[in-house]
Amino acid sequence: MGEYLLEMKNITKTFPGVKALDNVQLNVRAGTVHALMGENGAGKSTLMKCLFGIYNPDGGEIYLEGKKTNIHSARQAMDNGIAMVHQELHPIRYRSVMENVYLGRFPGHMGVVDHKSMYDKTKALFDDLELDVDPLALAGEQSAAILQMMEIARAVDMKAKIIILDEPTSSLSDREVEHLFKIINRLRKQGVAFIYISHKMKEILEISDEVTIMRDGTYVGTWPVVNKETGEKLTNEFIIRQMVGREMTNQFPPRTGKPSSEVVLKVENVCSPLKKSFQNVSFELHKQEILGIGGLVGAQRTEFVEALFGLRSIASGEILLNGARYASKSPGFAKSKGLALLTEERRATGIFGILPILENTVIANQRHYAHLGVLNDRKRMADADVECKKLNVKTPSLATLIQNLSGGNQQKVLIARWLLTNSDILILDEPTRGIDVGAKYEIYNIMLEQIAQGKSIIMISSEMPELMGMSDRIMVMCEGRVTGFLNKGEYTQEKIMAFATQFAGHNTAA
Amino acid sequence: MAENVTTRSRSKLFTVSGIVILIIGIVLYFMKDPMGLRRIYDLPNFLIIIGLCSILSGFMSKGKPDDVLELSGKAFGEFLTNNAILLAMLVLVIVICILQPRFMQIRVALDILTQSSTKLIMALGICFALLIAGTDLSAGRMVGLAAVVSASMMQTATYANRFFPDLPQVSVWIPIVAAIIACMIFGALNGFLVAKFEMHPFIATLATQVIIYGACSLYFDMPPNNSQPIGGIRPDFAQIGQMRLFSGIYQGFPGISILIPISLVICAIIWFILNKTVFGKNVYAIGGNREAAVVAGINVFRNIMFIFILASFLYGIAGVLEAARTAGATNNYGNGYETDAIAACVVGGVSMSGGIGKVGGIVMGVLIFTVIQYGLQFINVSPMWQQVIKGVIIAVAVAIDLTKYRKK
Ligand SMILES: Nc1ncnc2c1ncn2[C@@H]1O[C@H](COP(=O)(O)OP(=O)(O)OP(=O)(O)O)[C@@H](O)[C@H]1O
Ligand SMILES: [Mg+2]
Repeated sequence: MGEYLLEMKNITKTFPGVKALDNVQLNVRAGTVHALMGENGAGKSTLMKCLFGIYNPDGGEIYLEGKKTNIHSARQAMDNGIAMVHQELHPIRYRSVMENVYLGRFPGHMGVVDHKSMYDKTKALFDDLELDVDPLALAGEQSAAILQMMEIARAVDMKAKIIILDEPTSSLSDREVEHLFKIINRLRKQGVAFIYISHKMKEILEISDEVTIMRDGTYVGTWPVVNKETGEKLTNEFIIRQMVGREMTNQFPPRTGKPSSEVVLKVENVCSPLKKSFQNVSFELHKQEILGIGGLVGAQRTEFVEALFGLRSIASGEILLNGARYASKSPGFAKSKGLALLTEERRATGIFGILPILENTVIANQRHYAHLGVLNDRKRMADADVECKKLNVKTPSLATLIQNLSGGNQQKVLIARWLLTNSDILILDEPTRGIDVGAKYEIYNIMLEQIAQGKSIIMISSEMPELMGMSDRIMVMCEGRVTGFLNKGEYTQEKIMAFATQFAGHNTAA
Repeated sequence: MAENVTTRSRSKLFTVSGIVILIIGIVLYFMKDPMGLRRIYDLPNFLIIIGLCSILSGFMSKGKPDDVLELSGKAFGEFLTNNAILLAMLVLVIVICILQPRFMQIRVALDILTQSSTKLIMALGICFALLIAGTDLSAGRMVGLAAVVSASMMQTATYANRFFPDLPQVSVWIPIVAAIIACMIFGALNGFLVAKFEMHPFIATLATQVIIYGACSLYFDMPPNNSQPIGGIRPDFAQIGQMRLFSGIYQGFPGISILIPISLVICAIIWFILNKTVFGKNVYAIGGNREAAVVAGINVFRNIMFIFILASFLYGIAGVLEAARTAGATNNYGNGYETDAIAACVVGGVSMSGGIGKVGGIVMGVLIFTVIQYGLQFINVSPMWQQVIKGVIIAVAVAIDLTKYRKK
């Protein structure tokens, strides 16, 4: 065996209208974590899908332990000791969590599934990851974070030699990331190689041994995180410069102006009919304010904003919108009252995969372009074009199907969708999930632009720096209840965590 | 907490109510004759059976902890929606029993089960296609094909109008296997079209349906038969569909039709396949999220092929049983059976969008349709009204079922 466990050489892949990969290489050593970085649409996921047999590359070779290997299907990849956590989650919603974990490799004999062993194994696996989920619960009832942990558990359990993690932490909060890293460290010691894709700089520098950077479908270079000779560490700035090809000094655009004292949204003692969900949520949202909502997985933040937007029922409590009583009936009603919700799960509740970018951008604002029910295509095109350009959506044309965009670019289209509705209150649930550093900055800029125009924003974020960097005020939730508020200036990670784990000990991730 | 006071374990509930029903049944049984309660027919026997079943299921669910029944208004409402169609059927049965007490006979119940048998086999076949978010329009025509093929080889030597005048008296198994294989060939065609070209099953099976009917009609039209209904079926073959077990164990007992155990065995096998085998899990996975199945390394092509071949195997059995039961066949046998089977499945909670469905539900769905049809005939409701009622049931049942999945 040579120096590398995996060598990918001169991989090229073209899609209609895009050269996604152009002579890319990737060399991974056994027992290391290899970070793969690049902007949205750089081709990271495509490269991994070529390795996992989902795409057939147009050119190039893959060597495993020095042996040339052809991989044409996921099955073959798995047989070759490769496991993958996909960027887009693929739960089977009406089946149990444990069946999802063991999909495609159910334990048993001669085609008969051994349920007991499947249950026990899943339980053990989850205990290991400190995940408090009933293996028999339906996957569709779990939050994005739990689904993500579920997929990680699945990959970990495959006893693979190479584990590909394509943005595994996009819906996880720090606590779960910690568990994940524990597992990675343990497996790394056993000689497992990881390919780790993430847009979270901090994670990359913490966990990885080497970094390969890609830009626009080409290979930029590979660097060790700690230089063996000089002992020097790779810096944020260096990586970003290699990724975007230019300097970036600030992570957050400067905030000018202050929230006004005018209250646009007042929520009082709002309770879910479900006992385990949000209870007694009260807060005020001021005009031109960014209210951040922090908390761990299972804090019911998403459930709460979904209820606000009429997607879930509210049992009791009062909501005042601009001083008038607001009863959240349906998303359509919420929209007509000037609310917008960017949902957390892009794939399930965001994109219309088989529709072009154009339709995906204008869909929430369709009525605006219609005259007697007939759509004005020119106006739709023009608006979609402006908005997508503003957000720098990387695509050959607006007619491209959104499912063919990279994950980050899909997210940008969704943001464009809600900006088009010109709503007064933007509720953003993990707005920068899966978005690269450069694009994040752009999105922060757009958020501030909206604020300057007199809008208000509620932002759920599991990324501490983002939460602290962007919010005017942070509300922290824990297990469905609001546990505290922090004003700008008082933010520290510890304080937020203290509130977020107020009831800790009961259960961490249920 | 308050709710703990009002909860009671399910097993206790079943056992207690079972015992109560059992006692009532036994009391009625012994009072029937002396009190002159002739008009209740077999009601005591039914009560005894129901009571025993209830006690049994009480014991069966004893091992399961956590399974508590909340006796609050909300839980009651949930119970109503979850079992709405079953309850509606119970109400209907009670109404029919009051209007026409003759309905309360073991003989009637056995009749209903017999009539359900082939329908159940059909529904169990078609549920696979539904589980992968497809459908199977060729099911009914496969029944016709299997019926014609098997009947054509099973005529008595002395019958004037033989399909194959010179055919010796072959073993019954040969035509059965031939008929089922004929169906499986077309099942494989269905599977190939769906799996290979990712054709929607609606289209693929529509094409096959037409082909099968054409092919079957050609066969049926071969000289010397020339499209005459096939008759003169050999008694040993007819027995396969007409035999009655245990008839006359007591006076007036009509016997259990052989179709009932046959369909029960198939039902058990399908339940096992869907719940306990890798193939079954894969079916749910492909239906629930095809992409996830692909990414998980499941061989979707092979599974889909197998789904349609297995389904056609069941249709083949249904067709053979139909030919045997009616001791005859024409090329129009089975026409439209697929719609009944699909209706029974969806009423039983199988989702047309794939991934959801249970064998228990399908059995329920089939029974509901037969009970209602039989019951309405029993109280002389006109066939036209029966149609209207059947349609309403499909719509209402599915509507209630879907409320379970709506807004959380
Ligand atoms: N199936 C497809 N059809 C057409 N184009 C595609 C397809 N898949 C990916 N692409 C294009 O290939 C390019 C690379 O996409 P890829 O998903 O690999 O990016 P990425 O580096 O993973 O980005 P992100 O960080 O946003 O996930 C993008 O321009 C995308 O539009
Ligand atoms: Mg990607």
